[in-house]
Amino acid sequence: MNQGRSSLVRDEKLIFELSKPGRQGYSLPKLDLSPQPLEKLLPPSYIRDDIAGFPEVSEVEVVRHFTRLSTWNYGIDTGLYPLGSCTMKYNPKVNEQVSTLEEFAISHPYQPEELSQGNLKVMKTLEEFLAEITGMDRVSLQVVAGAHGELVGLMLIRAYHDFRGEKKTKVLIPDSAHGTNPASAYFAGYQVEEIPSNSEGRIDLDHLRQVVNQEVAALMLTNPNTLGLFEEEILQIAEIIHHSGGLIYCDGANMNALMGIAKPGDMGIDVLHLNLHKTFSTPHGGGGPGGGAVAVNRALEPFLPVPLVEKGDRGYYLNYDRPNSIGKVRSFYGNFAVMVKALAYILTMGGEGLRLVSEAAVVNANYIRKKLAGIYHLPYDLPNMHEVVFSDKIQAAKGVQTIDIAKRLMDYGFHPPTIYFPLIVHGALMIEPTETESIEELDAFIEAMKSIAIEAEENPELVRSAPHLTKVSRLDEVTAARKPVLRWQP
Amino acid sequence: MRHYLPNTEEDLHRMLEAIGVQSIEDLFASIPEELRLTESLKLPPPLSEPELVDYMRRVAKKNGPLSTYTSFLGGGAYHHYIPAIVPSLLSRSEFMTCYTPYQPELSQGTLQSIFEYQTLICQLTGMEVSNASLYEGATALAEGVLMSNRINRRPRVLISEAVHPEYRMVLHTYCKNIGIELTTIPFDQSGSTDMGECNNLLDDHTSALVVQYPNFFGGIEPLKELTSIAHSAGSLLLVVVAEPISLGLLKPPGELGADIVTGEGQSFGNPLNYGGPYLGFIATRSTYQRNLPGRLAGQTKDHQGRGGFVLTLATREQHIRRGKATSNICTNEALCALAATIYLCALGKKGLREVAYQNIQKAAYAKELLSGLKGCRCKFEGPTFNEFVLQLDTPPEEVNRALLKERIIGGLPLKRWYPQLSDCLLMCVTEMVPKGEIDRLSAKLEELL
Repeated sequence: MNQGRSSLVRDEKLIFELSKPGRQGYSLPKLDLSPQPLEKLLPPSYIRDDIAGFPEVSEVEVVRHFTRLSTWNYGIDTGLYPLGSCTMKYNPKVNEQVSTLEEFAISHPYQPEELSQGNLKVMKTLEEFLAEITGMDRVSLQVVAGAHGELVGLMLIRAYHDFRGEKKTKVLIPDSAHGTNPASAYFAGYQVEEIPSNSEGRIDLDHLRQVVNQEVAALMLTNPNTLGLFEEEILQIAEIIHHSGGLIYCDGANMNALMGIAKPGDMGIDVLHLNLHKTFSTPHGGGGPGGGAVAVNRALEPFLPVPLVEKGDRGYYLNYDRPNSIGKVRSFYGNFAVMVKALAYILTMGGEGLRLVSEAAVVNANYIRKKLAGIYHLPYDLPNMHEVVFSDKIQAAKGVQTIDIAKRLMDYGFHPPTIYFPLIVHGALMIEPTETESIEELDAFIEAMKSIAIEAEENPELVRSAPHLTKVSRLDEVTAARKPVLRWQP
Repeated sequence: MRHYLPNTEEDLHRMLEAIGVQSIEDLFASIPEELRLTESLKLPPPLSEPELVDYMRRVAKKNGPLSTYTSFLGGGAYHHYIPAIVPSLLSRSEFMTCYTPYQPELSQGTLQSIFEYQTLICQLTGMEVSNASLYEGATALAEGVLMSNRINRRPRVLISEAVHPEYRMVLHTYCKNIGIELTTIPFDQSGSTDMGECNNLLDDHTSALVVQYPNFFGGIEPLKELTSIAHSAGSLLLVVVAEPISLGLLKPPGELGADIVTGEGQSFGNPLNYGGPYLGFIATRSTYQRNLPGRLAGQTKDHQGRGGFVLTLATREQHIRRGKATSNICTNEALCALAATIYLCALGKKGLREVAYQNIQKAAYAKELLSGLKGCRCKFEGPTFNEFVLQLDTPPEEVNRALLKERIIGGLPLKRWYPQLSDCLLMCVTEMVPKGEIDRLSAKLEELL
C-alpha cells in the first residue's frame, strides 16, 4: 500500500510579520475631486490616526502568502473527504463560473425589482425544484446554514402552535442527533428531551409513545439518521407525534441518500431543512458560506420568513405582505450566489440524475461497509444508506483509538472521516464517501484502512504517533484552550 | 450529468456483487414500499455544460444591463472595488473545497488565515478578541445580544432606531422566543440616537445599549458619550458596524468604550451578490472571550514544537455542549472571511485609509451638491461617512422612477421602515462613483425637482 509522499512545503510567517513600511498591495485611482479637510467632515476626536499593526505588503507577497497557506490544506479536489454527515462531494467548477456572472454579482439587494428579474427567477425556480425534490409545499431560501435552518424551522413550529393558542414547551431529540439540534431547540426557546435509540440505532417507538404528551411541540429527527440508517417506522413515528398535536422536524443533512428515491413530504414530515452545501454540491469553503433552505407543508407556510418570491402579472416580486410570518431571520434574502450554484447543479443533473446520485452514494457507502466489515467493528451491522459508522473496538485492544486511525489516514493521503460522532457509538468513525468517488478511489481508501488495521496490530506506536507526513504533527489543543492565543500581537 | 458520477454501470455491478445484493433497489429495502417513488422527479431534463452556461447567462441578463447603471444604493450592502487577487486566491480549491478545519494537520492554511482574520478584525475594531465569522450583519447583532445577555443575565436590551431596520427585525425574531425584551430608542433631530431617552430608559435590568456606527443614516454616533451612559447603568455598549470601510478613518469602537462590536464584513472584498453570501463579525474584550459564539482559531505547537493553529475553546460550542452551547452556529462564512482577509492585507494600513478617505470625500461632495438643489435638502445635520439622508419635495419613488430612465439607481427610499421619513432617500456614494456621475445625478435631480 502506497502512502502519501511528503513534498516541499514552505513555512510561512504571519502576514503581519511580513509587513514593511512603504510596501503597498493596492492600486486606486486618484481622487477626482478636491478634498475637504477631514476635520471639517468628522469630529476631530473621532478621526483615527493609524490602524496599529495593520500589514503593509506588496501584491506579490499577498499572493505568495495565501498560495503557500492554501498548500497546507486538503480539499475535495485533493482527494476523498469522507466526513460523515457532511456530504463532501465534488463541487462542479461550472457552478462557480455561472454564480459569478456580472449581472448576478453586482446586484444590489435593494435594486428595483425590474432590474432583479433574473435573480428572482433563480430563487423562484430553485424553490420550486427543492419543493419537488422534498415533496414539501413551500421553501424559504433565507437561511444560510444547516443550524440556521434548524433554528428557523423550530421558530416556524413555535409560531404554528402559538397561532393555534397551544402552549408547548418541549422538543424531543434522539441521542444520535447532530449537536446543532439541541442547541437550535434551546435558542428557539424549547426544553430538549433526549430520547434513546433502540438496539438497531433507530427511534424506539415504545419509548416514544411513553414520552409523548401535549407539551411536545416537535420531534426533531434526521432521516436517514446519523448512523446512516433509514427510520423504517417513520410513518408510525409521525402518527404518534401528530396524534398528540406535535410536529415532525427533519434535519435534511442526509438528503443525499433520498433524492428521487423517497420524499420527506410523503413521510409525514412538517418542516425540513436542506444544506445546499452538502446535497446540492456547493463548496464548503473551509466552513462556509453554506446555503440553507427550510421546506414546509401547507400548514406552516403562513409563518415562513419574509419576503418570499412570487410571480405576478408584471413578473417576479418579493412579497412582504405575510401577516403571520415569523419576520426576518437574516438581512436581505439569503446566500444568493450559493442558490445560483445549487440551481446549476439541479439543472445539470435533472430528476433522473439526482436519483442516480443518491443510488451511487448508497452503493459507495455499502461497498465500504462490506469491504471493511470484520476489520473494523460495526456497532450496527445493518445495510446502511449513504454513510456507515464503524468503531475502534477491535483496534482499541492494542491501544489504537479512533483519533489515531484518523491521523494515520492522513499519511495515506486521505482526509479522515467524522470521528467520535454520533455520540451513541463509542469511538465512532463515520464514513460518507458520496457518489463522486470512483471505485478506484474507494479501493485505495479501503486498502489504507486495512493497512492501518495491520499496523495497529504490528506497530501500534506508528499509528499512535501519526500523522508523520503532514506539515505539522498533532497539535497541543490543551494548551491552546488553557492559555488561548487568539490573535497576533507585535 | 454523468461527468459527476465516475462509476460506470459495470463498476456499480461489481460493487453490488461485492456488497452481496442483486440490485440497487435491495439497498433501499429499509424504506417502506409505500414511500418509494415510482416516477422520476418532475424536473427539467439534464443540461450539458454549454447548455447550462447559456441558460444561466440568459437568466442573468433578465436583470438588465446592470453594469451600465450608476447606483447610489447602500444600506448595509456596498459596492466597492474588489482587487483581482481576491477572487483569484479564493478560487484555490484547497481553500474553496475543504470543510471546517476539524483536522488541524490538514487545515493549517484555513486555520492560519482565520487567525490572521481574527487579528485584523481586532485591529480594526479596537477589540481584543474576534471569532472566525458569523453569517452576516443582522444575525451577528443577534448573536451579540444573546452574548450580552449571557454575560450579565439582564433581560432587556435597548436598541437605537438608527440601527439597520432589517438587523432590528432579525434581532426581534431571535429574541421573542427566549425572553429578551427589546426597547427601541428613537433618533433625534440630528438623526442620532436620542441620548436623553437612553438616559431615561437605561436601568439595572438593561443588558446592553445597541447603536450603529456609522448609523443607518450614515451619521457618526457619539460613542464616547453613549459608552458613559451605558456603563453608568452597568450595561454593555454593543456597537454595530454595517459599513466597516469607515473604520479606516474612524476611531475604533473599542477605543471609545464598546464592549461588543458586531458587524457586516461584505465591504471587504465580497461582491454584492444580491445580498449574500456576506460575513458577520463579532469582537469583544478578552474578559468575555468564553462567551463568544462560533469558531475561534488559536495558536499552539505540535509535538515537535513546531508552531501551528487549531480550533479552540470548543467547549462553548454545540458539538460539545449541545443544548448548553453559546450558539447553535456550526457552518459560518469562512470563505467570505478569507476574502476579507486577502482584501485587507492587499489594501493594508494605507490602502484602507485611502478607500475610506475617497468614500467620505465623494459622499461629502455629493451631500453638498445635492442639498443645495431646490426642493432638496439634508434631513439631518451632523457628520456622516459615505451615506446621508436627502429630503425631497417630490415623492422619492417618483424621483427614482425618473432617474432609472437615465440609468441611475437612486437612493434607498426610507418610507418602508420609517413612515416619518417617507419623503427621504438614503444616498450612498462609494469610491466606485466618479465625480461626473454625481454631477449627472445632480443635473437630473435639478430637472426633476
